[in-house]
Formats: sequence, C-alpha cells, structure tokens
Amino acid sequence: MPFDTLRTPLHALHLRHGARMVPFAGYAMPVQYPEGLLREHLHTRAQAGLFDVSHMGQIQLIPRTGNLVDAARALETLLPIDVLGLQPGRQRYGLLLDETGGIRDDLMVAHCGDTLVLVVNAANKVADEAYLRAHLTGICEIAVLPRALLALQGPGAETALARLAPEVAAMRFMDVRTIELAGTSALVTRSGYTGEDGFEISVPEDRAEGLAEALLADVSVRLVGLGARDSLRLEAGLCLHGADIDAGTDPVEAGLGWSIPAVRRRGGAREGGFPGAAAILAALAAGPTRRRVGLRTEGAAPVRAGALLFAEEAAGDAIGRITSGGFGPSLQAPVAMGYLPVALTEPGTRVFAEVRGRRLPMVVNGLPFVPAGFKRA
Amino acid sequence: MLRFTDEHEWLAREGDVATVGITTHAAEQLGDLVFIELPKVGARLVKGEAAAVVESVKAASDVYAPVSGEVTEVNDAAVADPSSVGSDPQGAGWLYRIRLDDPSALDDLMDEAAYAAFPK
Repeated sequence: MPFDTLRTPLHALHLRHGARMVPFAGYAMPVQYPEGLLREHLHTRAQAGLFDVSHMGQIQLIPRTGNLVDAARALETLLPIDVLGLQPGRQRYGLLLDETGGIRDDLMVAHCGDTLVLVVNAANKVADEAYLRAHLTGICEIAVLPRALLALQGPGAETALARLAPEVAAMRFMDVRTIELAGTSALVTRSGYTGEDGFEISVPEDRAEGLAEALLADVSVRLVGLGARDSLRLEAGLCLHGADIDAGTDPVEAGLGWSIPAVRRRGGAREGGFPGAAAILAALAAGPTRRRVGLRTEGAAPVRAGALLFAEEAAGDAIGRITSGGFGPSLQAPVAMGYLPVALTEPGTRVFAEVRGRRLPMVVNGLPFVPAGFKRA
Repeated sequence: MLRFTDEHEWLAREGDVATVGITTHAAEQLGDLVFIELPKVGARLVKGEAAAVVESVKAASDVYAPVSGEVTEVNDAAVADPSSVGSDPQGAGWLYRIRLDDPSALDDLMDEAAYAAFPK
C-alpha cells in the first residue's frame, strides 16, 4: 500500500476479519474477506451484508442566513433536481453537471432539518468539495463531515437494524432519520447501492467500530467488501461514476433523465438554471442518439469494461463500448452495461463484443438484471 | 517430476508429456473463478505466449505456456466447472497436457523447494 494511503475508522476491524485490502480512491479498502466475492454477494441478496463506505464524502451545507430555503435554492443552481421541494426527512438522487451537460458526479442530497447533507463518490469528493465551495460559499458554510459511513444491505437488513432501533422498520425507501444506534446518534437513510432494501448509516468516526460489532453480533449480518459491492450494483443496473457516467455522458443517454423532475424541465416553474441546461433540456426533448443498456453474453466468457461493440460478427466499425462488465453471481452468468446507438437498444437485440481479438455475441437486456427490493410503501 | 514457473504455473512431466496448471498460490490470489478458456487439442504452443485464460469475478488472467509443444489433452471438466480449478488447482484442477518439443526444457524451471522460497 502506498505510504500515504488513508484508513477508514474500520481499518482494524477489517484486518481482524481477514480482509484483503487494496488501495481505492486513496484509501486502504477491503476488496473481500476470506469467504470470497461470490459468497459475500449471494449473502447480501439472501440476508444482510455490511459494507464500510467511509471513504465516500459526506458534505454538509449550512445556510448562512439560517434559512434552509436559501441553501436549497443555491444548490439548485448546480443540480437539475427539485431541492426546494425536498421534504424534511427525505433524500434525493441527483447529478452534479458541468457546462457541457456532462456528469461530474452522482450523489444523494438529504434534508436534515436545518442543513442539507450530500453523500458523494470517494474518487470525486475532493473535487466536489472545491466545486461546491467555489459556487456556494456566499450562501452556505460547507463542512466535510468527519464521520464513518456504513451500508447494511439485503432483505435481512431491516430485521438486523431493528434489533438496535425498532423505529427503522417504519422508514420508507429514501427516508432520512436521526436515530440512536448502539448508544450513538446516527444519521440513517433507507437507501443503498445494491438493488436490495437497506440502510446507509453515518456515525462519528470513533463510534463506527462499536456499531459495526453490534451489527455483526447478528449471525445474519456479514462483512462484504468492495468486490461484491461492484457485482451487486452491476446486477442492479446502477451506474458507477468514472465508468458508466462521466464528463462525456449526459443524463439522457445515461438513462438518468428520471432524476430531472418536471419543475426543472421546459415549461417547469424553475426551468433550467443549472450547468449544461440548454444541452440537456434539448436532449430531453429530442431524445438521445445513443443509450446505456444492459447486455448479457451468449457464451460463458465475461466481457469487461472497455470492450468495443459491433453490429456484425465480421465487418464494420465499432458502434459502442462496454462501460461496466463482469460476472453476476446471482445470475451465474456474465453481465455488462454499455452504450449503443438508439436503434440497437431494444431488449433482445444482438451485437458483438471484441474480446481477445474475437467478436463474441451479446444480447441487449433490460435493467436491472435482478429485481429491486426497495421498500417503497 | 514437478516444476514451477515464476508466473505461478506447475508442470508434472511423465515421459515427453507434461500436465500444466496454476498453483495453489495463484488460485488463492485470483479468488472465485468463473470462466476458463483452454487451448484446442492439437494447438502448437510457444513458450512465453498466452495459452489459456482464467477469469475471476473481478478480472481475466492470462496463463502462459511454460514450455513449447503440442497440446494433447485439455481438462473439459475445468471448463464446465471453473470452481473445480479453485478447489484443487494442483490436482483435479489441471488445465491441459502438452507434448514437449524438448523434454529437458523443464530442467530450467524451479523445483518444489525453489518455488516454496520464491517471493509471492
């Protein structure tokens, strides 16, 4: 590990549990534990997986006027979402955009009463903080929260967390609550990155290990590493910034136009007013020329990110590219996502991926590959 | 005669045919295996070139030909069930057999003691 690699508050716990640590976004992170990726992935879909995601950024926006409406209005100048309409105790998914309509990061925004709390990707958190400061510092005080973040995901997550706090059972998908867990005040959201029901739990750094051990006391809860986190999110059809979405992709072609509500679109009360608005509003109206799709293989060989896609087995130029690809343990088959011209995006369409000099047949598949388990009602 | 390469492959020679596989260390490093691609029977392999592919959930790894020769047999059971390579990489998880162009080529490779001491 490079000498300046950062550690999360759960570093010692990972080592005690036999984690294989790898550098990720400047942190030493557990990629897997002794059971291995397949078992960790399957356990999460069957029971409850516990993930350390403390490397992600938790950024708090505090309105200088003391009125949260001012912070919300200011954040709407950077995100094409409805922050003014976000209710206390609710969270929303949003895209941080650049001037061309490309995606700088994807994140969650939570209404925490007198502040907004953003959770951003680890790889982008330094740039995101600088960007937020550059644009919002007049309206908001910006604080990077020195807190740990744990994700408890799976059909058994509610039962496991309710043993510590019964009130979590009343939370719906995308609810935000401050809850006492194992003697600590925790900020809890009902959300995650696996396609399963689950919670993300923010606690002070020095309380993280105690909380993790309290959760692990339940035999249905097992530690899960970043390796399985990636196969879980891929099966769920969820984007990874830096792979499926980046500065070169717009929300419409990425299939994330649903995150842009009517109030921010043409004809809406707060139409536009965010970076890249002209391009994105035009794309929403006209439709994209290419689209992110799911893809399955006809054979057993996985097709990985970077593989070029072709319309035909022999001739022709590349028409698209795989942006995420690997093996889906719940499907026991390879799965991938990539971009294709709109005309080739119907489920069942056959294309070819170049792998080791050969073109392997793939079939467009709807997303997600595995049905979601969110508790919406 | 059992020999090892610095790419973590093992060879077991009987006469002029060697059985080739990946070592226990390599299998542990790779983790759960999900896909195996083997050379075709009859294929000519040249020492140092990619001969097979072993894929884990996370990544694909090339397995290089440790010697030159002609492939005489491949382990279809490994292709059908990649986890069998992970569970017994130096036994039932063998990958292919090769008729050696030069049976003395194995003399250059590490023996068991040398591989045990080889940094991993």
